[in-house]
Amino acid sequence: MRRSFLYGVIALAMMMLTGCGYNTIQENDEAVKAAWGDVEASYQRRNDLVPNLVETVKAYAKHESETLQAVTDARARVGSVQISKDMIGNPQAMAQYQQAQSSMGGALSRLLLVAENYPDLKANQNFRDLQNQLEGTENRINVARTRYNKAVQTFNTSIRVFPNNLTNMFMLKLPQKEPFKAEAGAEKAPKVKF
Amino acid sequence: MIKFPAGNDRHEGRGRGGLLRRLVMPLVFCFVAFWTTCPHALEVPALKGRVNDYAGMISPGVRVQLEKELADFERSDSTQIVILTIDSLEGESLEEFSIKAAETWKIGRKGKDNGAILLVVKKERKTRIEVGRGLEGKLTDLTAGRIVQLVVNPQFKRGDFDGGFSSGVRAMIDATRGEFKADAAKTRSAKKGSPISALPFLIFGAIFLLVLGRISRVLGGGAGLVGFSAMGFLLGLSLVTVVLLGVLGLVLGIFLPFLFGGPFRGGGGFGPGGYWTGGGSSGGGGFDIGGGFSGGGGDFGGGGASGDW
Repeated sequence: MRRSFLYGVIALAMMMLTGCGYNTIQENDEAVKAAWGDVEASYQRRNDLVPNLVETVKAYAKHESETLQAVTDARARVGSVQISKDMIGNPQAMAQYQQAQSSMGGALSRLLLVAENYPDLKANQNFRDLQNQLEGTENRINVARTRYNKAVQTFNTSIRVFPNNLTNMFMLKLPQKEPFKAEAGAEKAPKVKF
Repeated sequence: MIKFPAGNDRHEGRGRGGLLRRLVMPLVFCFVAFWTTCPHALEVPALKGRVNDYAGMISPGVRVQLEKELADFERSDSTQIVILTIDSLEGESLEEFSIKAAETWKIGRKGKDNGAILLVVKKERKTRIEVGRGLEGKLTDLTAGRIVQLVVNPQFKRGDFDGGFSSGVRAMIDATRGEFKADAAKTRSAKKGSPISALPFLIFGAIFLLVLGRISRVLGGGAGLVGFSAMGFLLGLSLVTVVLLGVLGLVLGIFLPFLFGGPFRGGGGFGPGGYWTGGGSSGGGGFDIGGGFSGGGGDFGGGGASGDW
């Protein structure tokens, strides 16, 4: 009889695990990680476009070396700041990452602004193609960031509401995740005009 | 001894405030979450068909032609392409509205994510092709950009909307043809109950059986029989599977306690098997092309291109 009582307790514990948000929290945690993967992939995509863009602009605008150098430097910096999936909850790492990416965005938009002064460059098909791809990538970054923030919001809510907060406090101990913060103009997509 | 009356007060106040905050903050948080997730912006109109001409830019004849072309393409390739025209963005950004429409309509098949939307805004004179994740390989940002800037927009500029839509759609079809094939047998995909979400219940059920089985073999067997077939039925499995599950439950209910050792308390012979009824097999159903049109759960990641005309 005592043993069947024990089994009953185990069964009850199982039921409570599914009923107190343990699974929900885990699912939301995974969703945040997946969304972060998308964010990283779309930033990476932008990074991959940069060398090509720099080469193309260089061919037409040799004496804009300062602007070009800024882009190259920003790219190198971005490469050195990587966030592993376990560090999403770390505000400092997040801020650093965001800062590096936004300086990359700033350098790129300056480069595109400079390009406006070179009609030959603007007419170059290769450059137009790159602009197209860059524009698409900026949009992807936007979408990925929005979705990441939504996933973070869902996760943060799910570890705060009752009874999930108890589950998290005593069992999982997962920290809040850090969303992207809106920036004052710095992260604006470069304006691409045709 | 220095006293800190103010600090004490505050401490006391925080004790009460803490409780209050713990109650109020989640509510506030929910409220904020609610307000941020539904921005007061342009609504995505209802999906009427493959051609959703809310701005009235396409003539009736061309409209029918486009509907037919897109339906044919979906039949052969399962790729869904949809046209949407609206009057004005009312201040919203083109890309934001576009991804919102894509998320609302979910054009393209689930898993294949093979949907694309040709969005045209009349007043702001903007065109965008929004590309589903599955089509990004063929209809790249670059290809979409060229279709927008070199095929569609020049004709729009001349005022030839019918021509712009026809050639734009044709270019999109040409770019994506062959990327996906229509499924041979259109069976409805598995119902909501995935094996993963059923797992805790299975384990819980097994333990429950163990307990009952230790009390009495009949009880355990009966519970296994009923429980397992009910589970199969709820998951929408076929009749045969439900029957098999019932038998499995019966056997498990009787013999599971053996595995965990210990003598049985209650005796009791094998109970009557009883009979089971029903076991609804889910019919074919599938995606009907003739009647109502709807998206299939396709996912979009923001791919595509825009342009002004």
